[in-house]
Amino acid sequence: MITYALYFTMGCFGLGLLFNLLLVVRGPGQADRVLALDTMVINVIALLVCYGILQGTAVYFEASMLVAMVGFVSTVAYCRFLLRGDIIE
Amino acid sequence: MLVEVLISFFLVVSGIFGLIGSLGLLKLTDTMQRLHAPTKATTLGVGGVLIASMLFMLLVKDHLSFHELMITLFLFLTAPISTLFIAQTHILMNLKRGDLPDTGREHSWSIYDDPPDQAPVGEENAKG
Repeated sequence: MITYALYFTMGCFGLGLLFNLLLVVRGPGQADRVLALDTMVINVIALLVCYGILQGTAVYFEASMLVAMVGFVSTVAYCRFLLRGDIIE
Repeated sequence: MLVEVLISFFLVVSGIFGLIGSLGLLKLTDTMQRLHAPTKATTLGVGGVLIASMLFMLLVKDHLSFHELMITLFLFLTAPISTLFIAQTHILMNLKRGDLPDTGREHSWSIYDDPPDQAPVGEENAKG
């Protein structure tokens, strides 16, 4: 039963990733693209945790933690680059 | 059996929330409206998955892990900051100075002007 729920959840987040990719391509402005990439990172974290439950190991928590950190830093760096034209002043 | 129902419930609910967040990102029309969808719905979706994972590790695998709490805390701390940065980027690239209301203070919006040299520390004390 947990397996089927996991398949459903992973399908939902995978479909969400496709929607986000569509917004990255279509997005009218730079801010929309940054937002879509940020959402993609959040969806990937959820997918990784789901895969960890499916495999029954705790290894994927470290991976999702790293993905969360890298995603936050990259979002802030991209926005700062657009705001100031420079990342580290 | 009850454990499986509980974990499956959290998983399904979080999957639906994540899908709604991504769909809202696609369907909403304005960037400022679009900020709501991922920052609220998708963060809630990830929170649900992490709760389900924590229950799974605790009740099925019989060991308590705090990594999920760390990830949840990190996501809940960083989501508002990245949202603020994206909103600032949108204001800078799409709105002009005249589109924003007056701040009613000495200094204008921090997006367009440099911050003042000295922060107004103790302003309330000086008035009172």
